[in-house]
Formats: sequence, C-alpha cells, structure tokens
Amino acid sequence: MSQANDTYPPVPMQEGTRQEPRLLAAGPDAGWAQHLDTFGTWEPHTAGPGLLEELAAAGLTGRGGAAFETWRKATAAAGSGRKGMFPGRPVVVANGAEGEQLSFKDRTLLAHAPHLVLDGLMALAEALGGASTYVYAPAAGLPRVQQAISERPRGKRIRLVQSPETFISGESSAVVNMIAHGSAVPTDQRRRLSESGLNGRPTLVVNVETLAQVALIARYGAPWFRHAGTPTDPGTRLVSVSGPAPARDVVLEVPGGAQLSAVLEEAGMDPAALSAVLVGGYHGRWVRPAGHALSPVGPPARTARPGAGVIHALDLQACGIQATARMVSYLADQSARQCGPCMFGLPAMASVLNRIAGGETNHRLASELDRLGKLVTGRGACRHPEGTTGLVSSALEVFAPDFRAHLSGYCTGPGGAAA
Amino acid sequence: MKTQLHIDWTSCDGRGLCAELLPGVLDRDDWGYPVARGKAGRERTDVPLRDADLEAAQEAVVLCPKLALSLHERKVQ
Repeated sequence: MSQANDTYPPVPMQEGTRQEPRLLAAGPDAGWAQHLDTFGTWEPHTAGPGLLEELAAAGLTGRGGAAFETWRKATAAAGSGRKGMFPGRPVVVANGAEGEQLSFKDRTLLAHAPHLVLDGLMALAEALGGASTYVYAPAAGLPRVQQAISERPRGKRIRLVQSPETFISGESSAVVNMIAHGSAVPTDQRRRLSESGLNGRPTLVVNVETLAQVALIARYGAPWFRHAGTPTDPGTRLVSVSGPAPARDVVLEVPGGAQLSAVLEEAGMDPAALSAVLVGGYHGRWVRPAGHALSPVGPPARTARPGAGVIHALDLQACGIQATARMVSYLADQSARQCGPCMFGLPAMASVLNRIAGGETNHRLASELDRLGKLVTGRGACRHPEGTTGLVSSALEVFAPDFRAHLSGYCTGPGGAAA
Repeated sequence: MKTQLHIDWTSCDGRGLCAELLPGVLDRDDWGYPVARGKAGRERTDVPLRDADLEAAQEAVVLCPKLALSLHERKVQ
C-alpha cells in the first residue's frame, strides 16, 4: 500500500538528533503541487480495509487528547456500519477544533499541510467503505481548507463545518452535536459514537493531526512510521510549546517518548530555569521539567501524557497556584452548564483555589479542594470534570510547598506575601 | 450480563427521588445530585447494580421526573 518516493521518507534518525519534519515536510503554505512533490503522488480513494490493519501495525494513537488507538476506533465504526437491518453509511469527521487555550499545532497543520489532513480523511473514509466526510474547524482555518479542497482533483464532497471558539467544542459528542444541530455542547452518551453518532450513523471523530499521520502511514507503511519514537509510543507528534519570555510559541514535531527537557531545550528554554511544566493542556498535569518522557503510556512518575500536545512552561518566579487558579476559573466558566456536578462543582473548585491563591490562611481549604475534585469526577456527559480535577490534583502535588506557604500567608512568587 | 443504572447528567436536575428509592446505591452531593456510593470514575455515570436493587432501580427509572435514568445490560468484562 505504500508508494515510496525518492526524496521522502527520510532515513531513520540517529538517537539524540532532532526529528526530521514529517507532517510539515512540504514547507510553509504547501499547496497541491508542493504536497505531491514532497510526499509523492498517491490516490487516497484507493485505500481499502487494509489501511486499518496498517494503522494497527503502526500503533498510531489519537493526537487530539485521549490517545486512543486509531485502528480500534475505526474498526468499531466499520463494524457498526455493517450491523443491523439498515446499516448506516459511516461518517468521518476531521476535528480541527482546538479549544485548548495553549494549543496551536492543529491550526498550524491545517494552515501549512491541509492536503495531508485531507488525504488522511479521504483514505479513512474509503477504508470504511465510502464514509461521508466533514472538516470541522474554527472560522480562521476554514478558508485554507476550502482552498485546498478546490485544488484537488477529488474532494468536492467534503463538507465544512465551523467550530465555535469554546473549550469543549472539540469534544467528540459536541462535534457531532454541532454538525447535526448547530450546538457544540456534549451529549449524553448511552451509546458510543462509533455505534450511533451523526443521525444515528457510525461516526468517527478524528483529530486533524491523527489524519495527517494516517496519510503518511497509508503512503509509506507501518515500519516507516515506527522508525521514529519508541515501541510503546511509535511515530512522531506535534507539540505546541510555550513558556516565559524570551521563549516564543513554537510548534515542534517530536518523536514518541521524547524527553520533556529535550523538547524544552529545542524550544529555546533552559529546564533548570523553570519551576514546572503543564503537559497535555488544561485537562493535563503539571510536572517538573526534568525526568519525564512524553508518552501516553508509562509509569506516571517518569511519564507525562502529551494529551493534545500542549507543553507550557512556568518560570521559577511565577506562582503555580495563581496560574492554576486562573486556568480552573476559565475551565469553570467553560462548563456547558448542562450537568449539575460540573455546573456547580467547577465554580466551587475555582472559588476555593482562588481563595488559596489570594492568601486566605485557612488550612481546611486544601482538603476542601481535594474533596470537591473527588466529588465531581466521573459525573458528567463528558470528561470536563475529571480533566479539571486532574489539573488541580497535579497542582496540589507539584506545588505542595507553595500551597503550604500560601496557607501560612506567604507566596513564593514575586512580592513574597500572598495577595 | 450485569445491569447498570445510567445517569444522563444533561437531564438530571438533582430532584433526589432516585437517592430516596436507592439509599444503598446513591447518595446526594452538595447540590442534591446523585453520587454512586463507593464507586469511582465512569461507574458513577453507569452504576453497576446488585440484583437486590433491580426492582427499586426500575421504580426510580419510571418515577424520575426528568427522565434522566435508564437501565442497561452490559457484558461483564
């Protein structure tokens, strides 16, 4: 199924050297000609069910946050599409909604390599026996996708849907809800979307970077994909790296299992000058800058789950509690206010955290924060409550000395005294 | 097969009838919404039931004023 090209794929990299760009190999603003020139001619509509086997061999996991195995998700949708008296034609949605405040890798990919995403979308749709296709992305990203579709010989049937700029607009059931009813809030999921999604059809919502990876695997095969990364975290991933000035926001393509400290250095930061790093996004975790590998699998003490690929560094002078309090306030504000535990629990958590951040010396506040986090977890249509709890509990762990200082009336950040 | 009580949080209004009918299974949180006793993670949305609780659970499903509850059979993993 792979058609090799003389200039691409590159030879496997030696350990310790920088990852050659794969996803952004065609360069900035790559059009159709540049795309074919870089990756070689290939017809996504020739992809068959064999693609799912190739994805399984490649071990590709979703790059949107949950890191679920792409082939499993696709196989479930393919299976549901064949079941029942009136088998529904499956649906594949390229998910470019990037609600994470600190994430910009998906919009970068859609701007510079839209054809790779469309290749992956069309190939996966073919592998599912001719699924309907959608691209779901924020307003700013859609014109480029529209332009890319018009440049291609095929692709006219791909439909575009604008995602709103909210944190949860990219949650799978919210994506389907937006396409079906124009409301980007999660829905109760008694049945999986792969069984019953858009208009009851088996639906696959796939992150745009994951689709671009599908396009590369379809072209070059699983063994090529596995040349980068580790056996348990094969391939590469895009990360959105941000941190204290003078470091600039940058999208990097890093191999699976990359050391967090190496990624920070590549982004121009000195890990020794950082107090902590938020990995995965607002639903991710704070970790120390050293001693962690970026991987969806591995022991928590030495692994940080990349989630949606967000890496945000905090400098030594910044107060981690105040930073986390701002994030939790935002997350509480972004609740869809559909589910009680989220609607009431998240603002309650934000309030307690803000009281600690503001310097209230009440030693019960930390345990109250912990109690509220445990109370909301697992109780909602989506995972917004547990995502928020995860962030808070990592802050309680990583910033434990700061919490103690705050609760005694001091802040280790600038200014000394809390508030 | 194991029966689970599914809570549709987008419909639930925290009226509390279910917790009254299933006091051994459900508690109520600070705001009146049901909390599955002794369960963690998603088992607090799809709550596994003992056979002894089935009858009361069926009653809760029928009587929930917000129609937020339903029963499902799930294969034991």
